[in-house]
Amino acid sequence: MADNTAVDGNAIGGQLLEIFGRDLTAAIGTCAHCGSARPVAEFVVYVRAPGTVARCRDCLSVLMVITRRELVNCVDLMGLASLS
Amino acid sequence: MSPVSRGFHGKRREAPDKASRVPPGQYLTEGFPVLSAGPTPHARQQDWTFAIRQGGQELKSWTWPQMRAQPTEQVTADIHCVTRWSKLDTHWQAVSIDTLLAQVKHDAKYVMAYCDGGYTTNLPIADVTNGQAWLAFGYEDKPLEPEHGGPVRLLVPHLYFWKSAKWVRGLDLLDHDRPGFWETYGYNMYGDPWKEQRYAGD
Amino acid sequence: MEGTAVRGRLTWQTGKVSSVADETPTTRTIMLDLAGWAGHRAGQHLDVRLTAEDGYSAERSYSIASAPGEPVAITVQRIEDGEVSPYLTEELRAGDELEVRGPIGGYFVWDGGPSPVLLVAGGSGVVPLRAILRHRERTGSPAPMTLLYSVRTLPDVIYRAELDGYPDARVLYTLTREHPAEWAGLTGRVDQAMLGSLAFPSEQRPTAFVCGPTPFVEAVAESLVALGYPARQVKTERFGPTGDANG
Repeated sequence: MADNTAVDGNAIGGQLLEIFGRDLTAAIGTCAHCGSARPVAEFVVYVRAPGTVARCRDCLSVLMVITRRELVNCVDLMGLASLS
Repeated sequence: MSPVSRGFHGKRREAPDKASRVPPGQYLTEGFPVLSAGPTPHARQQDWTFAIRQGGQELKSWTWPQMRAQPTEQVTADIHCVTRWSKLDTHWQAVSIDTLLAQVKHDAKYVMAYCDGGYTTNLPIADVTNGQAWLAFGYEDKPLEPEHGGPVRLLVPHLYFWKSAKWVRGLDLLDHDRPGFWETYGYNMYGDPWKEQRYAGD
Repeated sequence: MEGTAVRGRLTWQTGKVSSVADETPTTRTIMLDLAGWAGHRAGQHLDVRLTAEDGYSAERSYSIASAPGEPVAITVQRIEDGEVSPYLTEELRAGDELEVRGPIGGYFVWDGGPSPVLLVAGGSGVVPLRAILRHRERTGSPAPMTLLYSVRTLPDVIYRAELDGYPDARVLYTLTREHPAEWAGLTGRVDQAMLGSLAFPSEQRPTAFVCGPTPFVEAVAESLVALGYPARQVKTERFGPTGDANG
């Protein structure tokens, strides 16, 4: 379902490491829209944008958006029902 | 402080003769970078429509032939992306938003552009009228490619290019300003590149 | 879950390039000397950050090409008109500093274990899989391991001599753009039939690692699931449309 320009959650491992202080690529994220649960590494990720957008592989809803303002990383996790 | 990488310059171009046309914090690019928050939609002309809506009601809509029957303008514009690249003298083939808004009766102060794929962006009516905004269907005299927003994108060059919504399908008329996609995630509600209004609060 | 803004932690460290070595006309391995490196696992990657004199910076991710216990090395493919890869493959030299962050990755990693491992590489996707092969070799692991490596032409193969030299790992190349007369190996794109002929049967409970350009990984992962591999046993790492997230 994802298109060929996307990468996956492996590509945001470094940003998440910096934000959360630990590796989250193997953490399981549950989509708040469709309920599918997958490792962060399998999120469909768009990195060529004003921010990094991670989408659900099954329904393409936005799970996570990371924006960077000067030295501060801002992450919005509203699209995730849970992240463990 | 990060160490400077010996011999690294990046891909930016210096253009001292064009400095006055490059807003603060921007650099010139010769390419046309493709940025996207999601998969590229592929709408077909025969299915394409553009609508102006208010309060959930469609005031008017245009099919592809109806849109193409409107007066076409050749637009040359400098464009500025919030990710810091600027491109000068881009050429578009487009229909003015003025032409379309003139065909509906309204007193809205703001619009929310909405697009295939779910992207949205908000703008004041004053910034999409008076010859400042278009529906662009051609780029450099060729049909606008999907990766650059084709079949039709919004073109509002005086604001940061995230406001020039790709794959646009309509405008919702609003009484009050509301944040669209990037505005929700911290980008500026207005986005004037000359005032460097990148983020909320700038 | 609510959003938070967190100050960037001090996860970047500055290392020195200890040596560079060309692997193919378009790829180069960069060996790094990192004083603060805590070690890494096979399959992990690191992020590189370059900073110009005016403060402009660019970041890219590169898979670690070396095994746990070996000095950190990355292999970079030069992307035509890229911003970072031409610098890393042509300008950077021994003695230069390089800022890195990592190691990164807890999903696309192989830590050993006896189960069979199928590695499927598209182009430069071979880099983390080579680290896995090296790790297996260095630890004397008995895990059966097969690498299916898809490249356009034979000169594009990275680490050829090394890959051919593993005594008990099966390494197969498939050429997608050329059919040299003397080539007796596989040709054509990796598809379900090709995978079916060489993949470990699902009853052996293998793990698969698939790495390369996004369309390649999507197609291979789908085929492996169709062959009976449970989705959670197919680990994927997508590099983007051409094989490099940005160049």
